Amino acid sequence: MTSPKGRNRSFQSLILTLQQYWADYGCVILQPYDVEMGAGTFHPATTLRALGPKPWEAAFVQPSRRPTDGRYGENPNRFQHYYQFQVILKPSPENIQELYLQSLYELGIDPKNHDIRFVEDDWESPTLGAWGLGWEVWCDGMEVSQFTYFQQVGGIECDVVAGELTYGLERLAMYVQGVDNGYELDFNGQEGDRKVTYGDVFHQNEVQYSHHNFKAADTDMLLRHFEDAEKECASLLAYEPPLAQPAYDQCIKASHAFNLLDARGVISATERQAFIGRVRNLSKACCEAYLQSPQAGGEK
Amino acid sequence: MADLLLELFSEEIPARMQGRASADLQKLVMDALAAENIFADGAKAFATPRRLTLAVSGLPLAQEDRKEERKGPRTDARQKAIEGFLKSAGVTLDQCTVQEDKKGSFYVAVIEKPGRAVEELIAEIVPNVVRNFPWPKSMRWGKGSLRWVRPLHSILCTLDGDVVPFEVANEPDASIKSGNVTYGHRFMGPEAITVKTFDDYVEKLERQKVMLDPQARADHILTDAKNLAHAQNLELIKDEALLTEVAGLIEWPTVLIGQIDDEFMSVPQEVLTSTMRANQKYFALRDPKTKALAPRFIVVSNIEAEDGGTAVVNGNERVLRARFADARFLWEEDKKQTLEDFAKKLTQVTFHAKLGTVAEKADRIAKLAGKLVEDLPEASTAEPAEVLNIVKRAKVAGRLAKADLVSGMVFEFPELQGFMGRYYALNDGLDAEVADAIAQHYQPQGPSDDVPQGAIAQAVALADKLDTLVGFWAIDEKPTGSKDPFALRRAALGVIRIVLERKISLDLGERLINAATHLGNNLSLSDEQRQDLISFFTERLKAYLRDQGMRHDIVEAVLSLPGQVDLQLMVKRIEALADFLKTDDGANLAAGYKRAANILRIEEKKDGTPYEGAPDAALFVDAEEKVLGDAISKARALASASIQGEDFVSAMAALATLRGPVDAFFEKVTVNADDKEVRENRLKLLSEIRTALHEVADFSRIEG
Repeated sequence: MTSPKGRNRSFQSLILTLQQYWADYGCVILQPYDVEMGAGTFHPATTLRALGPKPWEAAFVQPSRRPTDGRYGENPNRFQHYYQFQVILKPSPENIQELYLQSLYELGIDPKNHDIRFVEDDWESPTLGAWGLGWEVWCDGMEVSQFTYFQQVGGIECDVVAGELTYGLERLAMYVQGVDNGYELDFNGQEGDRKVTYGDVFHQNEVQYSHHNFKAADTDMLLRHFEDAEKECASLLAYEPPLAQPAYDQCIKASHAFNLLDARGVISATERQAFIGRVRNLSKACCEAYLQSPQAGGEK
Repeated sequence: MADLLLELFSEEIPARMQGRASADLQKLVMDALAAENIFADGAKAFATPRRLTLAVSGLPLAQEDRKEERKGPRTDARQKAIEGFLKSAGVTLDQCTVQEDKKGSFYVAVIEKPGRAVEELIAEIVPNVVRNFPWPKSMRWGKGSLRWVRPLHSILCTLDGDVVPFEVANEPDASIKSGNVTYGHRFMGPEAITVKTFDDYVEKLERQKVMLDPQARADHILTDAKNLAHAQNLELIKDEALLTEVAGLIEWPTVLIGQIDDEFMSVPQEVLTSTMRANQKYFALRDPKTKALAPRFIVVSNIEAEDGGTAVVNGNERVLRARFADARFLWEEDKKQTLEDFAKKLTQVTFHAKLGTVAEKADRIAKLAGKLVEDLPEASTAEPAEVLNIVKRAKVAGRLAKADLVSGMVFEFPELQGFMGRYYALNDGLDAEVADAIAQHYQPQGPSDDVPQGAIAQAVALADKLDTLVGFWAIDEKPTGSKDPFALRRAALGVIRIVLERKISLDLGERLINAATHLGNNLSLSDEQRQDLISFFTERLKAYLRDQGMRHDIVEAVLSLPGQVDLQLMVKRIEALADFLKTDDGANLAAGYKRAANILRIEEKKDGTPYEGAPDAALFVDAEEKVLGDAISKARALASASIQGEDFVSAMAALATLRGPVDAFFEKVTVNADDKEVRENRLKLLSEIRTALHEVADFSRIEG
């Protein structure tokens, strides 16, 4: 496949291309949030900013951790740590689909030669109390992005609907580079001794974190962390004025602790629902508090 | 006469919603027009991923003018009342007529209502339809308040080629204004197109690579797929649901064929097919002779690629390799454990909060299946030692039937439940019949699905379904109206089909009691609940027989008689009755019954007393009376004995002997004799005809 712009298709240049494209569009380009989370949607720039009437356009890479997806580095396309590139456009512009398709074109995917499809995929996050309607975007049968119109976040109806685009960067890179094994992805676009693959950067992480997630992590400690985060979240929200953003950090931490406990296999099916409910309560409380804050821009 | 063209153009509509949505659009618009007394010659609705379209032909240009009369106050009413009336009716006094009734004269306002133009009505109706459209799920977008399945971009609405002007509000965002512009294929014809009429619209869309009619798209896919398969000496595995879905994912179908790496062909075929179908929407192909899955797949692309589809096929092959690698990984991982290992984990899986875990359910299925299998033909004719063996294997199959639910593969592909259990059972070295029973115990899953084959499979399938039904009846979670979240209707229908198609004799009442004793969880089935469940079965049986084309009155005539508990016998009796009624004797006897019943009804009403009990032979005057009396006694005894012996054909034959005497009686004998006693006796004789026939069926339910 030839890129329309003939650009270097390394993993990092993919990110740079997307950043440049969305920066040119006028998005705020943020850096990854410094708390472990399961998906870019947890980033406060998505979850919290989706609330209230204020316009907001941002793009960022978010490392995402899904402890149960660990495969000890043995499965070539499933990782417990991977990257999402997320774009949030609020209110969702009329031409959001065209904007998205143009970004694929920039990455070297020409819709005249590749079969791009918008396939129903409604999004729901029980831990965030959020849902939206949208699609998964297919390129020649491969899901390369998630496309969602947020309807509710933290149990609160969105005043103005945000469009969220989430690119699965490894998948997209594998597609663009024509590679079947994610670890063989060209990371830096160099040749010979200076060439660095995705495996060079992350394979050991996958092996070690898989051990950590499934076997080694201290479950008593994780449970304590979960409970501490839950308490801290409540007390930060009870502070005058309520500290919605620091409280929301605690919500994300609780969620990640829960994911690790889940991977460690110490949560039964019935408890699982209860844990999810507890995280959802935190997220709802944070979202409600955020709406009161000046940042949300509402008079609510 | 005028033609309407309406198109609602949006972002991609989920494939599964398109058919329903186009039908709803047609119904809502046509109903609204009908409510305004506007009727068209024809209407047709279409859907593509990005549009719902309605074409209506032969609309009148306007409603007919109407005159409406409204009754007002009396002519001598107070002036104020008369003025008020005139104001509310919007007329002057000289536009009123005076009419008379018993109480005197009163004013009648004659209001002229000129018929409204159809264009004006459409401009009102369409925005309403859009605002209240019954999408299963809808959403808002941007800043707007309008809801649609995905953002709605434009509305095309023309009447005989001219725009019908209206707006659909989407506050505070801009309203969507109707126009005569649409767009072609997202990638192959994105430019705006201006259209006038429906023909013009279809033709221009076609030029811009949009095939409007979903049926045409499906046909096109099917033809091309078959041709591609044929060229490689393969045949397409038919999949109507997938075909409909794929036709809803594209506006311009291009059918391509791709390869599957041989290394994956050792993975169970169901796994490969499921992966292709559920995850990728590919059609599978097979060898027409061996029926073995072929290492090829059919993918439908939405574009005619400039490179002829090479990149599209390569991409899809690559995706499929990754999918199959995942599936093979799960298959290999699952095989490291036995079904027994999986079965142990079922204690962690809840079946229903009030009905315990799946492990408990599996235990109940094992017990019931062990008991049920004894009565199935294969076991009831076997040697005692063989019976023990069959029972033992039925119990094993029952206990392991649900074990695959905790396998990695079924977690990933729930539709493979049962199939994977079979593979894992074979992998564990269990015998083929047990493995097949695990695979088949969910059958039949729908009207076109087969019932289980062997005795063990049938026993496990029946046990699973009976346990489910008894359990949900015991906790009062019965289906209501259209709500049947636990698919209990399907379970009952499954029992009915297995019993009938495999000719199994099964005492429903007894089986339900037996099933209920195993429920545990402090549950039991009350007599009332059991009766209710039996009625539920009877209702399902009626529905099943109706679908089979059996006359509903004959079904009712048999099933309304109480005390029947064997589904197979019920159907045998219904069939015997249906056959009987097709004969001359049967038809005449039914007519005789009707005549007797009519006379009785009239006379009983007149006299205010029922005529029942045996007639007095001493009071018979005419020979025909005596012949009939004797014939009834004989026929009744014979019919009753035949029913006891489950010989419904003989029972009908016994009734058939009545035809001659009944006909002769009506021909020769006057029921309403002058002699009071003779008359009463004859009425009793008539009631005996009724009683005799009711031994077999309630003939009063038979129509015609």
